[in-house]
Amino acid sequence: MDLPEAQAHVNAWLQEASTTFQKVPGSAVLIRYVRSSYQNDPVRSAIELVLVIFFIRYLLAPSYSTSKQNYVKLTEDEIDELVEEWTPEPLVAAPTAQQEAEAEKLPVIVGPTGPKSKLANGKTVTNLASYNFYNFNANEQIKEKAIQTLRTYGVGPCGPPQFYGTQDVHMKTEADIASYLGTEGCIVYAHSFSTISSVIPSFCKRGDIIVADRGVNYSIRRGLEISRSSVKWYNHGDMAELEQVMRKVVQEQAGKKLTRRFIVTEALFETTGDINNLPKLIELKEKYKFRLMLDETWSFGVLGRTGRGLTEAQNVDPSQVDMIIGSLSGPLCAGGGFCAGAKDVVEHQRVSSTAYTFSAALPAMLAVTASECINLLQSNPEILVQCRENIRLMRAQLDPRSDWVACTSAPENPIMILAFKPEVVNARRLSVDDQERLFQECVDETLANGVLITRLKTMPITQHAILKTNLYTVTPALKVCITSGLSKKDIEKAGVTIRHAITKVMTRKTNNKLGLPAA
Amino acid sequence: MPRKLSNPFSSSTMSSERRPSHSKGNRLAGFFSKSKEQQAVSHHQGASPQMAGSPSPLPTISLSAVGGEELNTDEPPTTLFEPPSADEAKSQERREAQFGPLLDVNHLYISAHQGGPLETPIEDEPAYYFVLTTYISYLLLIAFGHARDFFGKRFGDKKHYQSLKVFNGYAPLNDDFDNFYVRRLKLRLDDCFARPTTGVPGRYITLIDRKSDDFNRTYKYTGTYTQTLNVSSYNYLGFAQSEGPCADAVEECVRKTGLSFCSPRADSGTSELALEVEREVAQFVGKPAAMVFSMGFVTNAGSFPALVSKGCLIISDELNHASIRIGARLSGAVIRSFKHNDMGDLEKKLREAISQGQPRTHRPWKKILVAVEGLYSMEGTMVDLPGVLALKKKYKFFLYVDEAHSIGALGPRGRGVCDYFGIDPAEVDILMGTLTKSFGANGGYIAADKHIIDGLRMSNAASLLGESATPSVLMQILTSLRLITGEIAPGQGEERLQRLAFNSRYLRLGLKRLGFITYGHDDSPIIPIVLYHPGKMSAFSHEMLKRKISVVVVGYPATPLISSRARFCLSSAHNKEDMDRVLAACDEVGDILQLKYSTGIAGGQEPLPDGVTPEMEKEWRRANGLEGVIKPPRWKLDDVIERGVQDAKEQLR
Repeated sequence: MDLPEAQAHVNAWLQEASTTFQKVPGSAVLIRYVRSSYQNDPVRSAIELVLVIFFIRYLLAPSYSTSKQNYVKLTEDEIDELVEEWTPEPLVAAPTAQQEAEAEKLPVIVGPTGPKSKLANGKTVTNLASYNFYNFNANEQIKEKAIQTLRTYGVGPCGPPQFYGTQDVHMKTEADIASYLGTEGCIVYAHSFSTISSVIPSFCKRGDIIVADRGVNYSIRRGLEISRSSVKWYNHGDMAELEQVMRKVVQEQAGKKLTRRFIVTEALFETTGDINNLPKLIELKEKYKFRLMLDETWSFGVLGRTGRGLTEAQNVDPSQVDMIIGSLSGPLCAGGGFCAGAKDVVEHQRVSSTAYTFSAALPAMLAVTASECINLLQSNPEILVQCRENIRLMRAQLDPRSDWVACTSAPENPIMILAFKPEVVNARRLSVDDQERLFQECVDETLANGVLITRLKTMPITQHAILKTNLYTVTPALKVCITSGLSKKDIEKAGVTIRHAITKVMTRKTNNKLGLPAA
Repeated sequence: MPRKLSNPFSSSTMSSERRPSHSKGNRLAGFFSKSKEQQAVSHHQGASPQMAGSPSPLPTISLSAVGGEELNTDEPPTTLFEPPSADEAKSQERREAQFGPLLDVNHLYISAHQGGPLETPIEDEPAYYFVLTTYISYLLLIAFGHARDFFGKRFGDKKHYQSLKVFNGYAPLNDDFDNFYVRRLKLRLDDCFARPTTGVPGRYITLIDRKSDDFNRTYKYTGTYTQTLNVSSYNYLGFAQSEGPCADAVEECVRKTGLSFCSPRADSGTSELALEVEREVAQFVGKPAAMVFSMGFVTNAGSFPALVSKGCLIISDELNHASIRIGARLSGAVIRSFKHNDMGDLEKKLREAISQGQPRTHRPWKKILVAVEGLYSMEGTMVDLPGVLALKKKYKFFLYVDEAHSIGALGPRGRGVCDYFGIDPAEVDILMGTLTKSFGANGGYIAADKHIIDGLRMSNAASLLGESATPSVLMQILTSLRLITGEIAPGQGEERLQRLAFNSRYLRLGLKRLGFITYGHDDSPIIPIVLYHPGKMSAFSHEMLKRKISVVVVGYPATPLISSRARFCLSSAHNKEDMDRVLAACDEVGDILQLKYSTGIAGGQEPLPDGVTPEMEKEWRRANGLEGVIKPPRWKLDDVIERGVQDAKEQLR
């Protein structure tokens, strides 16, 4: 093809293109606009056109993720080889010697649990290891009620609360707890251990601020972790430090968008047994505009004249605490947990709290049991008095008289936490593992003498790797749970047994050597 | 089933005793006993003792009441056949409201995989019109919601908007999109959720009627009850019963053992009963050891941290349950997800993970744990277990199967997905399941090799610190397990399993033929039908309630935005009559609400003519010029019911 011929061709084609373009409605406007805005400068128009084309190309280019910058390109054969070579670790590490020994010695209860329980080895022991503080488990009236419920509702509700799992009995239990505590509303969960782990993340989101006591229990830690909020800690029970942390938060946040702020703490601490100072907490919370989440798992049904918990014991209006979390599975002998608070606090959880929405509802008979037990506590507060008397008796046997251990629990707490006295730990240079082992020996020795007690389980907290910001270590301890189902004499006898067992273990030759400095 | 003629609830003196005397005036307490009206309505059922095996004609379907017609007691009996006495009739009716009688021995099917690779169910799609209008619905709802919020916060009733605004120095308690969604979208259909019930969630469920005068903000209880057919509870094997062997055993156990062990397993909550249940569960699922937890959710949420930690990888199906996701997050391991049931994608993720190692450091992963569910509760799909196991051999990952919905519900012996596919349970590392659903109890279990369970027992926070399962729950598990295995009342467990399988296939086939789009595999007892428009969720729920059927409707965020659905959970307690009721109601409601979207690609086709087998279908189509011709199925209800029993037992088409 000749050059002029080709030129003519191109010209004709261009001509055609421009006429077609002019036929498009609005094309004249476009041309006029381009001409006037670029002052009819073809070079400038061309540059801009290139820019537009580059922009389009950029948009169409495959996106790449920044996280794959470290990506090593491998051939399929290489991958196959790597797959071939890779050997995973075993799914579960072999249990340690102590764990194995403990698993073997785990007491197995035959028949009902009670102040005197029968074990699988045939012995009947005094049971000071269960949360059956008022022995409601043996109450015939409650049993009868539960059986009637069984005969009307069956056992399981076969569905989550949002899908036909909410039964009238649950609504009644919720109303009962709310009126017992004096809050606007209440929501019942199917599992006590998961309640606060789920309540915390349903309110605290990324960017929110939580100030928590260093001594909080494992459930709370789980909740804090799932929430992805920024967690600040204060030393266990140190109200001055709490105030300092709160003030700092407020100062840091000044001028920024207001975020939700929470204080998360326990009423009676699970790991130390001591009591919180609620009036002070309320004062601080009001001053710095924090919301208060109070875990009453160990104090609900325990503290106060009728067992309403810390609010009753320290004369605080429950409506001043934003969320009260408690358990129905301990002394109430039922199952599940609850969160009580204002109406919108409760309703919000029904939709957004994972352990509520994604779990089956509480069996009807357990909900009824909880209601019944609350009723009993309200109508005979003398059970609490009797239990406290037993606590006092046991304490007298252990705390002042033992050379080795001291009780860190509050005087009304039926769970007596007995840790080694600091001087014992220092003199014998006891590591945490040593203390755990010694306490396990104490438990075994006590059981051999017919009294069942237990040890604080610290493992989940100490091995909890993620919340690194909290350097708190849990002190190993013995756990003695008092019940009103035992007579004065029984309690005193059990107290003597425990004390002697501790002394015996601590004075054993093998254990004594431990403390000697490596000469 | 052993008949218990003397029903403690039938006499009126008993029922007044059952009222909790302490709380007079408490309306809720009154719910403990069936109301008078309800007992009056309840004279039917016993009147029509459907003979098993009799060639029954088409059942009459009454859409106004759950049962049939009133029992005519006025006329003296003219035959030798003596009708049951009033007491007996009442107790039988009560029993049958919890567990329906089997109408015909033909209404049974064995749930088992037919061999070959598991086929992914074909997902049908509606016309574009419906998709588009669904999006427009959401768009309108969101725009309208934001407009209402904007003006409401400024001029609206303070009471309703207080919690959204900074108040008294406190940040609003909930102000994110979730909250907007709840207030502006969910509230509109709130009365379809959390309907309060009373009594046993068996074949029928009794709803407590409520109404709202302020657009679902608050409810008023009208004081009446509605007995509805229950296709909403996870009562797969029908063990939600207040009488029968389970309830008897539980009653005895409560009398003997009390209500609680009041202690975590690691302190003094380990009972002989719990150990026995664990032994039985292990034997049932086919693993050397098992441990039982008091809550299904925590079984997952607590076990992942005990299995994997930092430096490990969890590859999880994208549709896994929230409890798995929470457990995975708590474990500290890296989490990746693969496309739902897509083995190709899983393999791709595995190859990448093993070859690339940990992010940044490229160190090899300590271990890889693949988490899947046996039966997905929102989709009705089963895990492609043979596919996963083939990959497991090559890639050496550990496999965690959550059988929350599949245990009891799948397999010829009810032992879950392994049983269904005929796979040795030893090939799966960890079998987890709940005891809430098929067993009518509460809680969950984990079954694995003995050393794994021993390790878990010592390191699982939920068993060290969480409450132990109560005696009543443990006994319910034990007895229902023994019923399934045939240790108690041989034959009954088998019948339950086969009834469930039949009901599932029968209803699914029927719905497909009527023209609904269903999701999931054919043997799944969970049958979702897709509704698309958000407005149709509440409409469908209400229309079904009018026809005395309680259904679950689910929408975003539990499902993808567009595919709102209604979900039927079937049970052994249902019989064919109940399935026909559901079909009839769906047929009517489907026409009213334009729910028959199906194009026919996912099944519901006309049956092949006589003499043409499924293998010959291709040829037959070619011969008749029907290649690629798919007619949208819109069967007549009568035809669906007539052909259903036979066709449900063959390969569904």
